[in-house]
Amino acid sequence: MQCPKCHAPMHTYNRNGVQIEQCSGCRGIFLDYGELESLTRLEAQWSQPAPPPPAAPQAYPAAPPAPAWGAPHHGGHGHYGHNRHKSFGRMLFSS
Amino acid sequence: MPVDVLPALAAGAREAAHPRGGRGEPCGHPDTVLAARDDGTVVRHGDTVAKAHAPGTDPTGLALRLATAAALPTVLLAPLRPAPAVLHGRQVTFWPYGTPVDPEIPEDAPWEAAGALLARLHRAPAPAGLPPMRGPAKAARAVARLRAAGPHPAAPPVLRAWAALPAWARGDRPMPVTSTLCHGDFHLGQLVRHPAGTGPWRLIDVDDLGVGVPGWDLARPAAWYACGLLPPDEWTRFLTAYREEGGPAVPAAGDPWPALDVPARALTVQTAALAVAKSVAADRPLDEVQRAVVDACHRMGTTPPELVQDFTK
Repeated sequence: MQCPKCHAPMHTYNRNGVQIEQCSGCRGIFLDYGELESLTRLEAQWSQPAPPPPAAPQAYPAAPPAPAWGAPHHGGHGHYGHNRHKSFGRMLFSS
Repeated sequence: MPVDVLPALAAGAREAAHPRGGRGEPCGHPDTVLAARDDGTVVRHGDTVAKAHAPGTDPTGLALRLATAAALPTVLLAPLRPAPAVLHGRQVTFWPYGTPVDPEIPEDAPWEAAGALLARLHRAPAPAGLPPMRGPAKAARAVARLRAAGPHPAAPPVLRAWAALPAWARGDRPMPVTSTLCHGDFHLGQLVRHPAGTGPWRLIDVDDLGVGVPGWDLARPAAWYACGLLPPDEWTRFLTAYREEGGPAVPAAGDPWPALDVPARALTVQTAALAVAKSVAADRPLDEVQRAVVDACHRMGTTPPELVQDFTK
């Protein structure tokens, strides 16, 4: 058959017993009536169990939230790492 | 001028420290000048501290602020006298001496006490007639100082970040929250232990106290954290203590930044504005800490501020 979109010839493939037509030009796929449902059913049957959810945040604390305009080195070492006293001293004043 | 009031202020502190029997007998206490700035001169004599408030301080507002401190002695340091005195045309208040935070030992900073005290302050009923807290007005003064300082390559991003703030945060409009009691100028220098050395921590400096947006009081530590100047664990200690004490400025759990974004931006701009103004005046380049706050103002240009959210209702 010919692709209804670009009119290039379509080739037939077999995927898990479902006949699929794919266009050799635009790579579009044509499914007959019921074939999409068949594929969906097969996918559900074959899909693996979901991976375990990631560990709770409390178990491995991340840096607390910060605004988008914040310093890019959150989670790493900010200025406080090597300039602790200077930045701390500023926190004692109204500046 | 601050210097003119000093001798009278020292005499006032001496008199307050030795109300009886001190006449003519010199005591061994030295007069120590704790601060001599345009916005206030502070002299210590023994256990007593006398503060001359800025020229032009509104007497009614100061009296209300002083009365607020006297009524909340477990949160704010209580004044020695219930009403301000007038010395050489300046409003003067008297306080017991308390031990400040040691600038040499960052590890000992009382972040938990700070968070808990602010939460208690924000939960306390505000006395009728108390004026608005003066945080936004203070930020506006800092920006005015930057504009007056003359050109500097770091000034434009700071002024752009300022212009992007809502009018209330620039002191141009009333604040959206007008019922919560706020300190108005919180930083670690606003904490003392009283009795000195061993007593519990208390908040000092009622000059900017008033009703307003409570997030403003959390905004300086928030700004320092955002700028990479306050380690995450210290910010967490402060915020957690505030939340555990039922502080209303942020939701009890989850991301606090929707409530802190605007005040923290304003405090970052204020800090950057003063840093650049001082850098121009002293003809000195910005240091690393000052560059960090200017850089944050730069980045603010690419992210619009969040709408303020009122968690106190």
